[in-house]
Amino acid sequence: MDPHAHIRSLPPGGAQASLGAAQREAASSVPTLRLEGVDKSYGVGTPVEAEVLHGIDLTLQKGEFAALIGPSGSGKSTLLNLIGLLDKPNAGHLYITGEEAGTLDEMALTKLRGRAIGFIFQYHHLLPAFTALENVMMPMLAARGRLDDAMRETAAGLLARVGLTSWRDHKASDISGGQQQRVAIARALAMNPALVLADEPSGNLDTENADVVFDLMRDVNATSGTTFLIVTHDPRLARRCDRIVELVDGRITSDRPNLDVRQRG
Amino acid sequence: MNPFARFETIVAFRFMREGLTQTLLIVFGVALGAGVIIFMSALLAGLQANVVRRTLNFQAPIEILAPDQVPRSMREDEPARVAAQVQPRSQQLRSVDQWQKVRADVARIPGVIGVTPVVSGPGFARRGEAIKSVTITGIDIDSYFDVIALPEKIVAGRDDVGPLDIIIGIELARDLGMAVGDKVTVTTAAGIASTLTVIGIFDFGNKGVNERNVYVALRTAQSLLDLPGGASSIAVKVHDPFAAETIAEIIRGGNNLEVDSWIRTNAQFFSAMAAQILANTLIRIFVGLTVALGIASVLVVSVVQKAKEIGILRAMGTARAQVLRVFLIQGAFMGLTGALAGALLAWCFLLLWRGVARAPDGSLLFVVVIEPSLFVIACAGATLVGILAAAIPARRAARLDPAVAIRG
Repeated sequence: MDPHAHIRSLPPGGAQASLGAAQREAASSVPTLRLEGVDKSYGVGTPVEAEVLHGIDLTLQKGEFAALIGPSGSGKSTLLNLIGLLDKPNAGHLYITGEEAGTLDEMALTKLRGRAIGFIFQYHHLLPAFTALENVMMPMLAARGRLDDAMRETAAGLLARVGLTSWRDHKASDISGGQQQRVAIARALAMNPALVLADEPSGNLDTENADVVFDLMRDVNATSGTTFLIVTHDPRLARRCDRIVELVDGRITSDRPNLDVRQRG
Repeated sequence: MNPFARFETIVAFRFMREGLTQTLLIVFGVALGAGVIIFMSALLAGLQANVVRRTLNFQAPIEILAPDQVPRSMREDEPARVAAQVQPRSQQLRSVDQWQKVRADVARIPGVIGVTPVVSGPGFARRGEAIKSVTITGIDIDSYFDVIALPEKIVAGRDDVGPLDIIIGIELARDLGMAVGDKVTVTTAAGIASTLTVIGIFDFGNKGVNERNVYVALRTAQSLLDLPGGASSIAVKVHDPFAAETIAEIIRGGNNLEVDSWIRTNAQFFSAMAAQILANTLIRIFVGLTVALGIASVLVVSVVQKAKEIGILRAMGTARAQVLRVFLIQGAFMGLTGALAGALLAWCFLLLWRGVARAPDGSLLFVVVIEPSLFVIACAGATLVGILAAAIPARRAARLDPAVAIRG
């Protein structure tokens, strides 16, 4: 059976809420992500101070599908944490959908993170005590505070989109690795975020499942206009992204459109 | 609004279900702790109430007496030259000075619910050859029964004692071989004798009282004890028996009178009770601490185990306060369910106790009153302890750095 069949058979847009998309349309001139002169150091003021990122400038427009590559220790994860608002830069400015993160307090950052950013990790990091459906509902539940039918429908729509309708009531711990990662993708899309950050999303999967997951992200990007930034070691996957940003020793050494994909597309 | 549809509640309960063994163990621990506290408190309260009731059955909480008579030196101007031996003088039976006024004054003190004059003194009860020494108590039936519940203790006959009537205890009746309607001659040291008809027999459940106390009308006692128009003491009943000493203090302040409260006359009982209360409080504190530590340790482990999941929840936009509440809810739930189970346990033990703790004659040693408020307080207390115990782990969870937690 063709593992991609379910993706092609799905309607574009799925059950995503239309409000976020509309807002993004209106603000289409505003880049989804903008970094200006971002520095990050650890252990500031101690003998082991280490500067991990130096003057990072990076802009992602709405709907871009970019890869972030670089050798181990080049600062990819640090950069991803900064963009994901899980960490704060020491210098420079960071804008998510036009909002400057540096001016926000902890509470506002948490809200912005929940609303605008979706995470996909190398390891799925689903909550094992919950079913696939509940895991997808979780970001909406956290944001709205209490359960309602609308979020159940949205979550069911997203699970359908990743082809797991029949697995929706299985515990997250009872499904296969590839399925878990697809649930994680559905969860990342639950709040209809402007930006999805994926950290080695297929790093733990075999080639076939890696392709399924990757195709799924491309499909979401194409149909919903969600911006993706994918950290990967895998040159094969990087080549399938529209843009490749390379980070070496905390500096962006190359940032180029991937003409192969553009021409093919 | 269904509280179980809230994010925090859903996550909290799922976390507890995930660690079901841990959750059950700690709930069982809390149940044992709460059960012990409830059982002990009920037992102690029952014991106290029982002793208090038995004592106050036949003793007024406050008794006002005439001040003791003291010998006075005739040569106060030259005390140094007087030989130092002063013999205490013997006490005569005397009336409380202006007892009607004292009675009216005391009745106005807040907390006082009954005041009655009493004439009391020693005498002998004789029937044929049998003779017994007794304490004659002259009572004013209009007010005496407000202070001492004598009518409830009458086991035969009636309580409306008239000028030629007497009420005696069940033991005395047995000793003298008397029943209601029989005549008995009462003699006093003053040499006055009177033949009275037994109209009632009481049982206070205390052998000494049943043997010695006899009740006659106030006027009868006044003439028998040669105290015409007088009252040797005034008995006072107060709403809160434990406030007796405070009220006694107020009465003492206003008069030159000797005022005894039952708290003073039963000092030994009160010190024993204070020790019991202290011991019970200490046990409560230590059991509470143990319960708190148990809940806290389970939750600390849970926070460590679930660090990654908490990190993910935070990355998905869960606020710190929400994470905090997830763990506080767990603490509160463990405390509350534990206490409910403990209350059930204590209830069963109390019922069992009722069956076991019996006097040789099969009657209850003492009645343990199962107060619903005790259960409510214990459950509320355990919930509070659970929340407080969860505070530290909950804060740790809320402060987890999501980036670090996810990386593990």
